[in-house]
Formats: sequence, C-alpha cells, structure tokens
Amino acid sequence: MLMMFLKRMLMAVPSLIGVVIVTFLLTRALPGDPAAYFAGPAASQEAIEQIRVKLGLDKPLIVQFGNYVNDLAHGDLGNSLTTGQPVGKEIKSRLPASAELTLLGLIVSMLVAVPLGILAATRPGSLIDHACRVISTAGVSLPVFFTGLILVYVFYYLLGWAPAPLGRLDVFFSPPPHVTGFYLVDSLIAGDGEVFFASLKQLVLPALTLGIFSLAPIARMTRASMLAVLGSDFVRTARASGLTPYTVIITYAFRNAMLPVVTTLGMVFSFLLGANVLVEKVFAWPGIGSYAVEALIASDFAPVQGFVLTMAIMYVLLNLIIDVLYGVIDPRVRMDA
Amino acid sequence: MSELTLPNGGAPPEAAPRRSSGFMATLRHARYIISDNPVTGFSFALFTIIFIAALFGPYIVPYDPLASDTVAALKGPSAAHWFGTDQLGRDVFSRVVVATRLDFIIAIASVALVFLMGGLAGIAGGFFGGWTDRIVGRIADTIMAFPLFVLAMGIVAALGNTVQNIIIATAIVNFPLYARVARAEANVRREAGFVLAARLSGNSDMRILLGHILPNIMPIMVVQMSLTMGYAILNAAGLSFIGLGVRPPTAEWGIMVADGAAFMVSGEWWIALFPGAALMVAVFCFNLLGDGLRDIVDPQRRT
Repeated sequence: MLMMFLKRMLMAVPSLIGVVIVTFLLTRALPGDPAAYFAGPAASQEAIEQIRVKLGLDKPLIVQFGNYVNDLAHGDLGNSLTTGQPVGKEIKSRLPASAELTLLGLIVSMLVAVPLGILAATRPGSLIDHACRVISTAGVSLPVFFTGLILVYVFYYLLGWAPAPLGRLDVFFSPPPHVTGFYLVDSLIAGDGEVFFASLKQLVLPALTLGIFSLAPIARMTRASMLAVLGSDFVRTARASGLTPYTVIITYAFRNAMLPVVTTLGMVFSFLLGANVLVEKVFAWPGIGSYAVEALIASDFAPVQGFVLTMAIMYVLLNLIIDVLYGVIDPRVRMDA
Repeated sequence: MSELTLPNGGAPPEAAPRRSSGFMATLRHARYIISDNPVTGFSFALFTIIFIAALFGPYIVPYDPLASDTVAALKGPSAAHWFGTDQLGRDVFSRVVVATRLDFIIAIASVALVFLMGGLAGIAGGFFGGWTDRIVGRIADTIMAFPLFVLAMGIVAALGNTVQNIIIATAIVNFPLYARVARAEANVRREAGFVLAARLSGNSDMRILLGHILPNIMPIMVVQMSLTMGYAILNAAGLSFIGLGVRPPTAEWGIMVADGAAFMVSGEWWIALFPGAALMVAVFCFNLLGDGLRDIVDPQRRT
C-alpha cells in the first residue's frame, strides 16, 4: 500500500515539472518587454535597464528559469503590480473561500447525481431514466455563469429566499475566528449558530450553481457503469442466490460501479476549478478566482500567474488523491502496482 | 439492427469514402438515423437556423446592434423590441442575432486550428511511434495537468487580450483531446492492408500519412470537431464573460450576459437571459449534432 502511494507520488512529478515550465514560459510570452512593462510607461531607458538587471532579465533563459524555480521553492510568487502585496500571501488567504465553495458544490452534485444515476440504471426506459438523460445533456450545455444568474434572479429577486449575491457573509456579521478558513467549519468550532446559518445562506446558491454544472458527467458515468455492472455475471449469480434487490444493488453492484465514477472525478475537478472562476465572479465571492479576474482586467500578470500555478498544482494533487483512492477502493489496482 | 439491411452502413469507415455506392449508402444510413432519431433531425434544423443567423444576421435584424437610444433604455420585451432593450437602449434581439456570427467564427476557427495542430500531431505520433509519439504524448499530458479553463485564462493573459488569442487558447486546451483520438485511430491503421499496399507501391511516409491515413480517420475527427464545438463556444463565452477578448460595445453572447448580470438583481432579466439562452441553445445544438454524427459514422457507439 505504501509502495503504491510512493509510486503514484513519483508519477505526479513529471506533471508538476510540466506545470512549472508552462507557467514560466507564459510569463516570458508576455507581449512586449517585461522590464519596460514593470517600469511603467514614463520610465527612461536607464530605468528600464536597471529593472532588467534587477529582475534578472539580462541573464540567459535557463538562469532565469533557475531563479524562478528557486523563488517558487521559497513560496515567493512575486508581488502584485496594483496593490504591491505579495501574491502568495493573498492567494493563501483567499484559498479557503474557493475551496469551501468548490467542495460544497461537488458534495451537492454527488448527492444528487449518484442516486439519480443508480435509479436510472436500475429502471432503464423509465421516466427517471429519461430524466437522467435529459439532465445530463442539458447540464453540459448550460453556461455556468448563466445558471448562476438565473438562480440569483429566481431566488433573490423573485422569491427573496436567498441573500444578495455579495460575498461570503452578510455585512452585519463578522467572520468567525480563523481556524480552517472555512466559515461553515469555523463558525461551528466557535459555536456560533447565527454565523453558521448566515454563511450557509450565502453558500447555497453558488454551491448549487457549481453542483448543477458538475451533475451531468457524474450522473452519466454512474448510469453507464451501473448498467454495465448490473449486466455482469456476478450480479446475476447474486440475484439467482435470492439476495434482496437492495443487497444486490448497493453491496454488490454499487461498489463495483463506483470505480469508473471515481476516475471521472478527475475530469469533473478540471471543469469545477474552471467554473469556480465564473461562479466567483457572478456571486462576488472573495476567492482566488475573482482575485485573478480583477488582476486580469488590470493587466497585472503576477497574480494571474500565481493563480494558474496554484490551480494547476491543486489539480495535480487532486488527481493524485483520486489515484490513491482508486487503489483503496479496488484491490486489483494495488496488485498491478 | 437495420444496419444489416444496408449494403455498407455497418462497415468500418475504411470502405466509405471515394466510392459512389459507399457514399450513397452512407447517405441512406444518415437518412435512416435522422428518421429514427427525431432529436438528431431537430439538431440539424437548429444548426441550419444558427448558420443562417451567422451568415445573414446583420442584414435581417430590425435595429443597428450598436445604436443606443437612451429614451428606450431598459424596457422589457415588447412588439417593437422582442427581447427588450439594454441599459443604453440597444435592441437585445438585434444584438443576440448579430452576435451569432462572432461566436460562430470563434468556435469554428478554434476547432479548425486544434484539428490542424492536435489532429496532425496525433496522427504523426500514432503512425511513427517512438520519439514523435512520446513528445506528442508529453505535450498532451502537460496541458491536461491544468484545469482547462484556468489554462485558457493564463494563455490569454500572457499572449494579450484579443479575440485572436481567445481562439488560440481554446484550441490549445482542446489539443490533448484531438491528439489522443487521432493517435489511437492512426495507430490501429499503421499496419492495415491499405497502408502496407501503399508503402509497397513506393509512397513516402508523408504521402501515406496525408493521403491515406488522414482521409480514413476524417469521419471520426469530424465527429470530434462537432462535439468540441459546443465546448469551444462555452469556453470563449466564459472568457469574454470575465472581461477577456471581446471588448464592448461589440455584440457577443458572453459579454452581453456579463452586461446584464448587474441588472439581474434589480429585476431586468431580459438583458442577460436572451444572450444566455442563445448560448445554451447553440451549445445544446452542437452537442446533439455531435452525438447524431457519431451515430452515422460509428454505429457501434450508439446509445
């Protein structure tokens, strides 16, 4: 088990190296002269030269890359041009907001999609099967920012059930003391029910938006893999042995059908982390996505680069966790490794 | 299965191109698929409408999409303005129709570009194997290591904030998909009889690649293109929603939804709803179309 874990870790290394190289190349692909860009429009030729030396841009590309990796190893992602703040610090303080939203969105969609897929697979051709198919086709066609806006219109403007889409917490509340950075968890630790419900209220719509978005691939995969497993020999044997339908479906079929679904999660995360940016913009969510968007509009590249790098590293790590999880669920994978 | 009644419908795509009888059979098979699955027929009809809007949009709309009329600003849908007017009094219907062309061009251009890059790289990797294959695979893996939309954001930010770069970014993030499909398809045909025959008659590798293998995997690649068109539109609209690429006052669906977002909380729903719905219908149409085309090309994967 430990060996397998270590092997998987090693397999993530080339991905990480690739990610670092690509983000480095992206900075070097910046239009125009980075030194002139950092010096500002009014800078003289000498000032630009000085900045070039200071930034190490006069050195060969390979040395620049070495410096870049060195900075990264020290957690230094550079400073934002507009605020002057270190990018790493800003991203670290905003990361919990994004993570809380993304995880809750994933939980919402798993809770709906997995039962939906199982029901659709156990009753092929029924109403719920058709519903599953329609939802999974419609789900991939819905632009995530559009879903969010519709939810805001219906639940905030028309029904008045949801609070205004303005961040993590209503202005009347102060955030709970920082432990994990997740407001839901922190408020529970602090025993503050009021703040818990206030932050839950703010979370519901954006999490639902992300949930609807990631529903389609999970439901589709669950249905397909349940159908395949239900048609297999061991399920037929289980049925013939007189086990109850519940035992057959949940104990026998479901556990085997979950394997491809877990694999799909990797792809789902790729979509979720991207969609997160758009949802944060719609709901004025103070996460790393909206930080990157603000920086993009101000042509401030360091935060964008830090954001891309953070997201990519998180994604590589998530895939690593999924791989390990796969080995935990399926002993056959462990044998291969 | 009624493929059995068709002389060529169930045969692999190798047999289909360049022969009139095979072509007729494909056509008959297509007609059968469409009549069997009304949804596919519907998606073809929808595609025609979108295509016409993209082609003739600017000539058939009732208003100038950029002309503002502050007297008529923020009015709901009416007989004069079917989709209402936005904060500057511009006609939302005209803007939605005119925007079709730009969104369509972005999607087509990025899909064509990724077909050239990913498709050719994938075929070369699958055909030659060895180092070519390893390099193409490594590039695809590196791109896949990023969440795709995030990478697209980074590319547009680095290359510069233009429509052209949105097209390039969308193409790059789709690269692995095309490279993998093309690689797998080229790989199984590497030792196929027709390739060996072509080589035996003295054709060069390049000639075999472009003249024999490429035409053979074309049907599968066309399906892939149709399936990714929807994603390309969503990706481009997402980028312009966060303020990249297309600049106001240009009519484009993503940016129009972004414009209308602020008015959603005050009840003026039509500004964001109609361009968003147009986006949704277009993506839905391409997805259905892709599924339908796959049924025609590859009957075994029909669901």
